Parts: sequence; structure tokens; C-alpha cells
Amino acid sequence: MANNHYDAIVVGSGISGGWAAKELTEKGLKVLMLDRGQNIKHIEDYKNAHKEAWDYPHRDLATQKMREDYPVLSRDYPLNESTFGMWATEKEAPYIEKEPFSWFRGYHVGGRSLLWGRQSYRLNHEDFLANQKEGIAVDWPIRYEDVAPWYDYVEKFAGISGNRDGLDVLPDGQYMPPFDLNVVEKDVAARIKKQYKNTRHLIIGRAANATQAQPEQGRAGCQARNKCWLGCPFGGYFSTQASTLPAAMKTGNLTLRPDSIVSQILYDKDKKRARGVEVIDANTNQTYEFTAKIVFVNASALNSSWLLMNSATDIWDEGLGSSSGQLGRNVMDHHFRTGASAVVEGFDEKYYYGRRPSGFYIPRFRNWGSDKRDYVRGFGYQGSASRTGWRKDIAELGVGEDLKNAVSEPGTWTIGMNAFGEMLPDERNRITLSKQTTDKWGLPVLEMDVKIRENEQRMRKDMKQDAVEMFEAAGLKNVEGWDAGYEPGMGIHEMGTARMGRDPKSSVLNQHNQVWDAKNVFITDGACMTSASCVNPSLTYMALTARAADFAVSELKKGNL
Amino acid sequence: MNRRDLLKLITTATGVAFVGSAMAYDIRPSVSLKDTDFSKDEVTFLNEIAEVIIPRTATPGAKDANVGEIMAILVSDCYTQDLQKVFREGMTTLDNEARQAQGKDFLLLSKTDKQALLSRLDKEAKQANTASGLDDMAMASPNSRWPDSKKPLPHYFSLFKQLTLFGFFTSEVGGTKVLRYVPVPGKYDGNIDYKKGQTAWAT
Repeated sequence: MANNHYDAIVVGSGISGGWAAKELTEKGLKVLMLDRGQNIKHIEDYKNAHKEAWDYPHRDLATQKMREDYPVLSRDYPLNESTFGMWATEKEAPYIEKEPFSWFRGYHVGGRSLLWGRQSYRLNHEDFLANQKEGIAVDWPIRYEDVAPWYDYVEKFAGISGNRDGLDVLPDGQYMPPFDLNVVEKDVAARIKKQYKNTRHLIIGRAANATQAQPEQGRAGCQARNKCWLGCPFGGYFSTQASTLPAAMKTGNLTLRPDSIVSQILYDKDKKRARGVEVIDANTNQTYEFTAKIVFVNASALNSSWLLMNSATDIWDEGLGSSSGQLGRNVMDHHFRTGASAVVEGFDEKYYYGRRPSGFYIPRFRNWGSDKRDYVRGFGYQGSASRTGWRKDIAELGVGEDLKNAVSEPGTWTIGMNAFGEMLPDERNRITLSKQTTDKWGLPVLEMDVKIRENEQRMRKDMKQDAVEMFEAAGLKNVEGWDAGYEPGMGIHEMGTARMGRDPKSSVLNQHNQVWDAKNVFITDGACMTSASCVNPSLTYMALTARAADFAVSELKKGNL
Repeated sequence: MNRRDLLKLITTATGVAFVGSAMAYDIRPSVSLKDTDFSKDEVTFLNEIAEVIIPRTATPGAKDANVGEIMAILVSDCYTQDLQKVFREGMTTLDNEARQAQGKDFLLLSKTDKQALLSRLDKEAKQANTASGLDDMAMASPNSRWPDSKKPLPHYFSLFKQLTLFGFFTSEVGGTKVLRYVPVPGKYDGNIDYKKGQTAWAT
């Protein structure tokens, strides 16, 4: 008979689940890691990793049929031929949009660690204080200093390339050498620095693309192919498959079980502890129980809360961890899709080599220092400068040899950037379990009721206008601001719904990511976030996961769990 | 039976969309001319048009990349129905223009006459699109139009040009023999010298 008891169960194998498995197994625990989707083996299952446009039937474009079949995925970039099958579809995994919500999910081993944007920034000191200072939502139960050593720890292992820029707003970390800003970006950076008297900074992005080999992890490092989303055969970027899974496997303590849909956490009401989880095998439809001393829930923010909502409903109507009334509330994302573009003159004799899988970053400057706006919090910009390729303005050129020659050469330098803004935690932004609709496993689906509100709307004006103003101040030409519109979820940075806090009456998790109502259940993915900051969040999930795993094991040893 | 028909059959037989069981990094079913409404002769015709737009010079041209075939596939699968109609009617119109101007089919025109005709149509297309308030359609992605689009329809010739440029520069011939292609750059250098005449990177 198969062993169904473990020291720890990890639900989900994405960025935070992979870290939980690595940390817990390395500390000697026997761990079962479950993922609802199929296995994807490092390198050998990256079937498109060496393909180019010409290897796809429609040159990597989404067809009209694909759009018809997947209206949600077609709202933004996920729908194409090269990553087809990697984004969960609304057909297979439906949900209900009370308000528009684009939910882009990776239902397979490795989750979105294979598909992520890899930008890796620390939250800053003020991010952990803002709720308290402004009287918004609840205070974080931890401060920057609590997380800083764990940022150090995960950065070293994950392999983050970046520059130590010495900015309070964006704390420095443990970095591999940065990618280059290109010649145009450096020039624009210098002009912005001068124009804004050193209060705004264009810096190289900090990315989980390793610029040095990590032979101990079997990673050759980034080869500047910029095909990360196809899975990297060089282990060039941090993913579960390239980094945390092999480390966990090496301990001999990990069992990975793909195709395992966790339907509920099994709760022992006498001990007030979880005793394990119930799993539906996606291949056989059979139900299994697995038991463990501790459970790490890393199913991605909204699904982690879904799992709690669907657990212990005989004790709490709204599920395990709902005693505060906050479970499922305070959904956050980063609102974006607005910024500016411009033409840069004077660099026709310059070009670049290689495909940098990252860009520049302009850290937050609004409501920072002495700056005060008619909204709270702020935003950062991500962008890049490059020369146009064959898609260029050829108004004067008709057809034939001149056209061919002209479009074959690199064109003008252009620069563009996109703002990522902080979204406030708001109780009204919530997810709930549908009372009518179930998926093909008979499990209730999520209903999304999330909107950006006044603070975000005000911020968006600056997000566009400031981009225009900076490019103009830098002396660039043809500056154009744009706003492509945003609906929650599109940032693919879902956060909140099981926030950390200081009081069980107003939060779902304590300062160690333990569910107040079941201390041996830990949630360390985006669900735990008390506020969103404006920086990309995954690095923080890594740090909080390693921190919570360390705490969990020490508590286990003390006999407290 | 080709793969696409097989997929249709599976879909019908099981009552669920085959796409529902997509595999991670799924390999999309290949598409051939047989899956489109275009004939081999029509592809020849499209290749002749494309060759005038992107001719073989010291380097390969549109015909070398068989751009006509990918045009047919992209029109069939990535174009909306209203654009398909513009494209289809455009094929007839273009041939009529040739007969009106030179008294013979487009395929029978001399190289110079083909160039002259398509240059004229290119100007006509630019004027028509500008008048309808459309951007440079020749540079737009072939799937940039959506079924519910209320935008005016573009002049047909800008579609020929669009598909030729896209089809050529995303082809292996265009990407590796005309543009410069390095599959594994190994590093990024953000400041190298460029001399006029060097071609752009393919990706």
C-alpha cells in the first residue's frame, strides 16, 4: 500500500510551492508536493524551446479560431502558438466574472514559474508601514527587517541579476552582474537624472535571469535568447524545474504527485489542526487522503483561498480561516497597461547584440520623500529602447528592391515604458465560491468581484502623464502617451484574499503565515500579502516562504505543531 | 484525412472541444494548403505578387520563401471574415487592373509592368487607407483585426503587402538569409557599432 503519510504536504509547485518543498526537504522533512496539472520535466518537455516563428503553423500568431475558443486568454498576450497549452483555459477551469477579471493561470508542475516575467524587486521599508501610516486595511505584522535576511537568502539561490543602485525606494540585494542598459537607455537615464535633480532614476531591471552559471544547480546561465516563456534548456532563469525542484529531489525527501487536485484541507476540530488533504486524481477521478503534520498552501493566491473556502465548511460556513470575515477579501493586482513611447535621435551608428530578457526600471517617485499627490502609494515603470526592425514606417517606399533593402535594415531607435501601479487592499474586492456553478470535478468555481477604484483611477493619470513628461524632459521626439485599459487580473500579480495581520479578528494569517484558525497550515503565496507595493511580487513570496518554512520546522522540533 | 480533420472528428465524437485537453507546450497541428480554400494556382499568383514586393536580389526573395502559401494560410485562419472577403476580391481586382492596363493577366506581365502596376496600387492603397483614417496597414500584424471591429476595411493591396512582409520576414529564408539570425547569442551587448547597409536582427 502506498504511503499516505508525510511530515509535510505542499499544495502547488509554482514559485512559492517549489521553495516550500526545497526548504522543508533540506531541513529533513518527508514532503509530498501536489500539483493539479501534469508534470513538465526540465528540458525534455520544453518542446518549443528551440523553435522560431517559422516553426509554427501561423508563425506564432493566435488564429481567429483560437480567439473564439479562448476569449479570456485572448484579452492579452497569453494566446499564441508557442505557449499554447501552458495557460489554463476558461473552458477547462471556468470561473465567474461578476466584474471583468482576467485570470491567467498555469495549471502544471512548475506553475507560472515557467511563464513569469522574472522581474525581482524587494518591497521597501515604507511598503510594510504604509497601511498603518495611512489607516488603510490592516498593518503588516512584519517589517522590512524581518524579511531582509530572507531576501538575501533566496536571491543568492535563485540567481538575480541586477545593479546595486543604492536607492531607499528599491533596496539592493544579492546580485549577479546586471545586464547592460543599452547605449540609448544610458543616455536617457543620464538626462532624466539631470532633469529631475537625482530624484528619478532609470536603472537596469533586476531579473531572475542568471548572468553567471550555477553549476551546483546544473544551470548554465542566461544565453540572451529571450525565449524564457518556452522553458529554458540552459536553466537561464529561475523556475521550479530549474532550481528548487532539483534541490528538493536531491535530498531524497520529496515525493512529487502531479495530476492531483486538492479539493479540501482535512480539519481535525478537536486538535484545531489540519490533519492532511483530500485529493482528486485528475486521471482516475479517484479520491485519496494524504496526511501530514503541516500543510503549506501554495496554490497561487486565489486558488489558495479557494482551497480554504472549500475546507472545514462544517465548522465555518465560509471555510477554514474565515473566522475574521477576511478570507477571500482584499484582492489585489498591479494595474498597468499605460505609459508612453518616443523616438530617440542621434544613435544611428549604434546597435546591440543579443536578446536581453529584461529591460529598464524606473522605481517609484510619487508620494516618496517630499512628493505628495491626490492619491496614495505609487508606481514604477518597466521599459526598453530598441531599434525598429522590418516593421517600420515606410511611407515613402513602394514595392521592390528599395523597400526590401530599407526594411531589412534596423530603423529608428524607439523607447517605451509601461507603468505598474499599486492597488489598495479593499474589502469590497473579493472572491467567493459559486453556489450554482461547479467545474468538471464537481467543485465550486470562484466568482470574482474586483474593481479598481478612485485611488487607482487617479494614479493612472500620473502613470501616463509622468511617462510623457519624462520623455519630453529627456528631449525625445514623437512622444506619445497611451492607456490600453486595464481590468483586474491582467497584471498576473494576484495578491491578497488571506492577508497576514496582527489580530485574528481582522486577518487570516499571523506573522509567520500560519492560518490563525489552524496553526499547522501555512500560506506563503500571493494570498498572504497585506498590501501590494508597486513592485513585482514573486521575490517576496520566495522570501516569505523560506522564512515560514524555517519557522515551521523549528516549531515542529519544539513540539508546537 | 489530415490532422485537422481528425481533430474535428475527435471533437465531434467526444462532444467536448479537443482544445480542452491541450498539453503543456502543446504542438499545434500543422496546416497545409489543403486546409485552406486556396488552390495551388492561387498560391502561384500570390507568390508572383509577393515577389514584386520583396524581389530576389543578391539575397533570396518572397518566392524563395514560398510566401504565397503562408499568405493563404494566414488569410484562412488569422483573418476575420470581412478581411478575407477584401483579400479574395482583391485578387480578382488586381488581375482586372492588369488586363485594363496592359491587356493581359497579371502573371503574363513583364517584370517592369508588374512593378509599375503594383507601385500604382500601393499609392492608391495608401491614399485610400489614409482617407479612411487607417494607420499603415502594411505593418500591422495579420491578426490585428477582430471580428467585432467597427474600423473601416483597408484597401486590398495593403493586405497583400502586409502578408508579404510578415510572411517573408518571419520565414526561415527571410529570417536567416536576409536578416541576421543568432540562435544562441550567449550574452547581451548594449552598445555595438552599426554601419549603414548591415541588416537587422531577425528576432
